[in-house]
Amino acid sequence: MTIPLTANEVLDREFLDVRSKLLLVAASLDRLDRAEGNVERDPRRRGLAEALDILSDGKEDRAERIQMLFSRQYDADWKQSLDMPRSGAPPR
Amino acid sequence: MYYIDPHIHMVSRVTDDYETLAKMGCVAVSEPAFWAGFDRGTVDGFRDYFHQLTEFEPKRAGWYRVQHYTWLCINAKEAENVKLSREVIAMIPEYLDRPGVLGIGEIGLNKNTKNEAIIFLEHLDLAAKTDEQILIHTPHLEDKYQGTRMILDMLCDDRRLDHSRVLVDHVEEHTVRPVLDEGFWAGMTLYPTTKCTPERAVDMVETYGPERLLVNSAGDWGPSKPTAVPDFILAMRLRGHPESLIRQVVYENPLKFFSQSRNFDFTPPEVLESEVR
Ligand SMILES: [Zn+2]
Repeated sequence: MTIPLTANEVLDREFLDVRSKLLLVAASLDRLDRAEGNVERDPRRRGLAEALDILSDGKEDRAERIQMLFSRQYDADWKQSLDMPRSGAPPR
Repeated sequence: MYYIDPHIHMVSRVTDDYETLAKMGCVAVSEPAFWAGFDRGTVDGFRDYFHQLTEFEPKRAGWYRVQHYTWLCINAKEAENVKLSREVIAMIPEYLDRPGVLGIGEIGLNKNTKNEAIIFLEHLDLAAKTDEQILIHTPHLEDKYQGTRMILDMLCDDRRLDHSRVLVDHVEEHTVRPVLDEGFWAGMTLYPTTKCTPERAVDMVETYGPERLLVNSAGDWGPSKPTAVPDFILAMRLRGHPESLIRQVVYENPLKFFSQSRNFDFTPPEVLESEVR
């Protein structure tokens, strides 16, 4: 399914909103810099930096990729990791 | 436009909210059992809660001609208490034949722990044995992806379950695709802090199409907006989407999903109108 609006219309509608959100981010990062202490090694701070890279890399699915950036990795062997009872017959 | 909110916790809201919902076109709500903000100590605490969900809440909704449906379970947070959870699961069948009970929910995971997963599986077993539909809560923030994948693993392991009778709620950009790909219904929750916005929900409709997609407010006792579905309706309109598509997502889809529950008895608003005349 496509979006009914043209790129121009989307930009007209959302420019001011995106601009203000960018300023929010910019001011937050400035505030972090001005505050006492150093969070450069905090994984959350690194996550923010990586998210900003995603925003400017020119590739699609930015929202999905930022979601994954802030997600714990899926452990496909979670049943073993959690030592789950054998599936099929729930314990009673 | 008439709409249905398929996931909202009205016991935590005031009667004025029903009035506001009704004024905005809400004709029905479905209310999954959830965490009250504190852990309940006894199975009788849940019995009283289920009584409220099946007796008083439909009556209060009815004052504003909103039709009220509900889902029963012990939620993932309280599932850490395995003994109490098993007592509640054993008691649920007492209420499954009450009018308006659509199935088992909202079950799911919160912190993706072993006890949560065990109680989730035992709820699935109950739903399979009683032929009930299932409504599922997925975790928030960094736990959402892993938790959703765990939930999908458990659902897909159980061959007795019909995927078209399961709704997986609180999907976002990174979880909506695997849910829809497995044939489940997916609910997008519009929530001010941890979940999705109306604009992003519209993006997901545009990306995946309207089939098996629902929109809800998950309004509860925390910061939340019970009128979030009308926000979505407006966002769809401003994007230039036709009324028929909007109606499909906010009205026809929930009706289609709920209609698969044996206790779903719905009077369309048009019929209600003619009764008033
Ligand atoms: Zn909920």
